[in-house]
Amino acid sequence: MAGGAASGGSGAASETYKEARTLLLMPAWLTLIILVLSPVMLMLVYSFLTKEFRGGVIWDFTFAAYDQFFCDRGLFGDEGCTLEWTYITIFWRSIWQAGLATLLSLAIGFPTAYFIATRPANVRPLWVFLITIPYWVNLLIRTISMRFMMREEGPINNLLVGTGIIGEPLQMINTNFAVQVGLFYSYLPFMVLPIYAAVERYNFTLSEAAADLYASKWITLRRVLLPTVKPGVIAGCILVFVPSLGAFLAPDLLGGAKNFMIGSLIEEQFKGNAGNWPFGAAASMILLTMVLIMLMIYARQQSRANRGEA
Amino acid sequence: MASRKFDVRRYPGFAQLTVLCLLILYVPLLVVAVYSFNASASIIVFEGFSWRWYVDVFVGSDSAKFKEAAWNSFFIAIIAATVATTIATLAATGMVRGGFFRGRTLSFGLISLPLMVPEIVTAVATLIFFNSIAFERGIMTILLAHIAFCIPFAYLPIAARMQGIEDTYEQAAQDLYATKRQAFTKILLPLMMPGIISGYLLAFIISLDDFIITNFVKGAGVETLPTAIFGAVKQGIRPNIMAISTMLLGFSIVMVTISYFVSKRGDHK
Amino acid sequence: MAEPEVYAIDVQNAVKRYGEFVALKKISLSIRDNEFFTLLGPSGCGKTTLLRMIAGFEEVTEGEIYLYGEEIENQPPFKRPVNTVFQNYALFPHMTVRENVAFGVEMLGKPVSDALKRADEMLELVQLTQFSARKPSQLSGGQQQRVALARALAPQPKVLLLDEPLSALDLKLRKAMQLELKHLQRETGITFIFVTHDQEEALTMSDRIAVMSAGEVQQLGNAVDIYERPKNRFVADFIGETNLIDVEVTSRDQDRVLCQFKNGLTLTCDAVDGIGIGSRGHISIRPERMKMRSEKVDDENWQGKVVENVYVGTDVQSIVALQNDMHLTLRTQNSDTGKAMIFEPGTDVFVDVEVGSARLLAD
Repeated sequence: MAGGAASGGSGAASETYKEARTLLLMPAWLTLIILVLSPVMLMLVYSFLTKEFRGGVIWDFTFAAYDQFFCDRGLFGDEGCTLEWTYITIFWRSIWQAGLATLLSLAIGFPTAYFIATRPANVRPLWVFLITIPYWVNLLIRTISMRFMMREEGPINNLLVGTGIIGEPLQMINTNFAVQVGLFYSYLPFMVLPIYAAVERYNFTLSEAAADLYASKWITLRRVLLPTVKPGVIAGCILVFVPSLGAFLAPDLLGGAKNFMIGSLIEEQFKGNAGNWPFGAAASMILLTMVLIMLMIYARQQSRANRGEA
Repeated sequence: MASRKFDVRRYPGFAQLTVLCLLILYVPLLVVAVYSFNASASIIVFEGFSWRWYVDVFVGSDSAKFKEAAWNSFFIAIIAATVATTIATLAATGMVRGGFFRGRTLSFGLISLPLMVPEIVTAVATLIFFNSIAFERGIMTILLAHIAFCIPFAYLPIAARMQGIEDTYEQAAQDLYATKRQAFTKILLPLMMPGIISGYLLAFIISLDDFIITNFVKGAGVETLPTAIFGAVKQGIRPNIMAISTMLLGFSIVMVTISYFVSKRGDHK
Repeated sequence: MAEPEVYAIDVQNAVKRYGEFVALKKISLSIRDNEFFTLLGPSGCGKTTLLRMIAGFEEVTEGEIYLYGEEIENQPPFKRPVNTVFQNYALFPHMTVRENVAFGVEMLGKPVSDALKRADEMLELVQLTQFSARKPSQLSGGQQQRVALARALAPQPKVLLLDEPLSALDLKLRKAMQLELKHLQRETGITFIFVTHDQEEALTMSDRIAVMSAGEVQQLGNAVDIYERPKNRFVADFIGETNLIDVEVTSRDQDRVLCQFKNGLTLTCDAVDGIGIGSRGHISIRPERMKMRSEKVDDENWQGKVVENVYVGTDVQSIVALQNDMHLTLRTQNSDTGKAMIFEPGTDVFVDVEVGSARLLAD
């Protein structure tokens, strides 16, 4: 998924099957509208319903879910609305975690993408393949393997204690750090691929021109290369940030009880009998809105860039 | 006098970071794989090579559960991938070879919608949908949900491949009295086969590996491989879990590699 | 002419190898201060490699390069006070024209305001002041080329390198730019090293030309030297048009030699050192240095028949067949006097070679 390049548009507008077009697209449209679009609409509706005790909803419209999210009405629920920080904190922490994971991915992903893009052309696909495989491998298993590695009696600690670097095993699991690493590990390939695509298209004569004009390599990176590949970098950041924001497995398996993120909060609402479906729907809606706003900003920036630097 | 050759492309440290990146990505998986062959029941100390945990997966105490979960997973994956790939192929034909129409960007947005929405939101929405029409949760719900989000994964490689095939072949066919349908089935489809296979395998793996959406819509009685593994992990990581994880891992890697080579070979035509 | 004490660029025994392949075979060149110097040759001859070695983008396998006496072949490009105008301009797409031109000056450590001021000066020099706030993609090819020029000149380099900068322009623009570059060089006094494969361009603009082929300098001299007195077949053939005739030197009389053609015809021409009696070689005669006559005017005139006349606007190109199937190409100017010496195809004529215009080549 290389940024805006795969916009589904072909070069010469090929019209071979123009008449059959509606028929061809109908199955996809139907499936996606029924199974994706309308469920999301429904979710919006559900967020305004009343919760049923054993899960599910009662079709009574109310603002209760959103109220619970934003308002603190005291112990008995009868005071005025003061800002409820509990859930906002969870959202805020998720943003912060996702942001940090994104930065971490960028720090390692950018040099990696750059390096691969500057390999000889015949070897490049192999590198890309190596980076992509972990992405296709089950996220659950990868998270489990992270958990396995970071346990108190896990291999990392064994190595550190065994070689005498530290005296006692580090508490890595069930920390913010573990979640961070888990998120970074989960979505790293997403950071690498768009940046790789952008650097591959970069014209290195520009770097030569910069060097010719007395710029050192690092200044060239900062002032010439980065601005030119910026769209790829931003695409990579979004591809890591958005899934990280709504992640469930990393906080659940690696963070334990103390590291509740949005994903965990939402999941909790739908499991078992203590759940609150409307609340879960409301939280999901809030998450979705945040993501859509970010995507719209990105799309607008893309189109502005396409117009400005044609 | 010996100075390093000046190469505008080379930055010190980048190669090392790349190696680090690859290590980070692969080492945990390798470690799990290694421990799955542990002769002892320990997940701490490696005490020798053994197949016992793999055997345990098939005949041990959890084996029935895993077998049923595996059966469910594969069943769903095959069907979901087939349906999704068919829908995606038709859609790609319409998008790439259907000329320009006003709803095109919107169509593409719709097709890639599952990719843009966080998985948990899709999971919740799908659950709510089935609940609202009182559709009982089970294999069917999993299947339907999978079909939906597999479509974009099948679509992308198929569309990419189709864009790479010039339509002059189909035009030549029509010039030689083939109908549009014949041009499609006899010319376009065979040329696209690598892309279709590639898309199918991708959709298959995505379905096989999915956890979050499946977990939400599966209902109490049904398990797929990922949900079964998750449940087992919650009770503590045991070597047989690592064995089954490694098997699933290996299987996914093989599928992806095949998918990659199939599409590469197609390029050499 | 006394040789200067210090050369702008002095290349000594430079060799460039890529594994087994030798791109430059021991090149030695001395380029003077305030000179418009051209490296001319077909693609693959090594001219761009040599230029990039001077700029610092190619490593020198063997040999040294001196810039006004200072050894530079091991310095990275951003330390060398030479600047390059690239073939595809390489203007930074995300910066405005002004920022592009100011870039090098800024990198040298000047405050940004000074750099921008200098950029404005340069843009005025190339007459692009009204475009200074635009992005490169909004400019035409010719305008981009001038921006690239301004950008390379702004940091006041000691030498300016130009890598086929005019190749992307259409003919008229190209010719205009050729003159403009020549004037610019005179005005700034900076040594220009220009790379091109277009020999007409080289002849128009250069003080001196180094004709290169297959990694070697075939000949070094000014336009007149190169054209009138080519040293070998390659130079004679690459520059302008010529007729090449296979000959053997049969006798010598002081500084004139007699050459015999394969088909028995002979011609006397100036002797060349190193080509003695009995040597085989070629004679090069430019088409415009021969005339067709209706009667023999000289002993050495050759009899032939006009085969074809081709009208090319300024001249008429005629093909004449001599005995034993030898063909010569002549060019006659399309003027009143010239027209008198053009004959219909099929006419018998005598070919008269201008004295001193035939050049003996060793190969």
